[in-house]
Amino acid sequence: MIITVSGKSKEVQDNLTVAQLIAEEQVETPEYVTVSVNDTFVESGAFKSTKLHDGDTVEFLYFMGGGR
Amino acid sequence: MALTNQQLERYSRHIILKGIGSRGQKKLLAAKVLIIGAGGLGAPAAMYLAAAGVGTIGIADADEVDLSNLQRQIIHSTGDVGKPKVQSAKETMQAINPDVNVITHHTFVSAGNILDLIKDYDFILDGTDNFPAKFLINDACVLAEKPFSHAGIIRFQGQLMTYVPGQGPCYRCVFKQPPPKDAVPTCSQAGVVGAMGGVIGSLQAMEAIKYITGAGDLLVGHLLTYDALKMEFRKIKLPWNGGHLHPEITGLVDYEQKECGGI
Repeated sequence: MIITVSGKSKEVQDNLTVAQLIAEEQVETPEYVTVSVNDTFVESGAFKSTKLHDGDTVEFLYFMGGGR
Repeated sequence: MALTNQQLERYSRHIILKGIGSRGQKKLLAAKVLIIGAGGLGAPAAMYLAAAGVGTIGIADADEVDLSNLQRQIIHSTGDVGKPKVQSAKETMQAINPDVNVITHHTFVSAGNILDLIKDYDFILDGTDNFPAKFLINDACVLAEKPFSHAGIIRFQGQLMTYVPGQGPCYRCVFKQPPPKDAVPTCSQAGVVGAMGGVIGSLQAMEAIKYITGAGDLLVGHLLTYDALKMEFRKIKLPWNGGHLHPEITGLVDYEQKECGGI
């Protein structure tokens, strides 16, 4: 199936979960990333149980703490 | 209040702009903006807001200028090392534009003082370097119904979002709660390119100017991310259901954590 990850189209295996995508994408500090799928936040406790579907749009939002 | 001849000349590039004009310039001169953190983000933001003629600029920071600040905090110069950052920032802003009334707050923001600090300002810029302060600023602005600009920078990356009460999600809606200390790399551990503060801090100043003048659309309901290595800006739409996506904020918390302390 084809999903859009961080704005880029990507072919992934069917029934891929959010947790598996996080591992595949080598997301930095995966415990603290905020994920939205199709304009809805996915709670971190649901990463393993949330399956992605063809056409889904996934965004990773990262903590960025610097400023000074 | 009519603009003086000197002001007409100083702000001529604003005044000829359709989105600002003399009406917008008068709004800027009457506006009060608070910048929390006189560092990598706060420095360029403060300089552009001073140059733009924002009439009252508050600047809050407890630190003194350190030699390691000068790689990015362009409001401070070599001769300012050791001076309170708020003092150095004030001198630079007033040298740029004597129209501006600069109010210095030589203090750390805390749950005990932040509501009093922000109450007289129209717009707040978060230029802090740690998550407890970012969440505190968010929560205080939500409680006091103040608009603010969040930003963060690290390495070659930056992010930005604007909160306007009732118009979109806040920082806590997206990020829930501060990560544990040292769980997420900070600028002192990971480094940051000085110009990153210039890019993102200038965007914060831009949001303040747009909010005050009413020009264009604010970065509400979106997170703007900037990856300098890929030279890629992305404007990511944030989920929102018309309210806050977290339990109600009933009070303010001083989270125990300190990142990038003193730099």
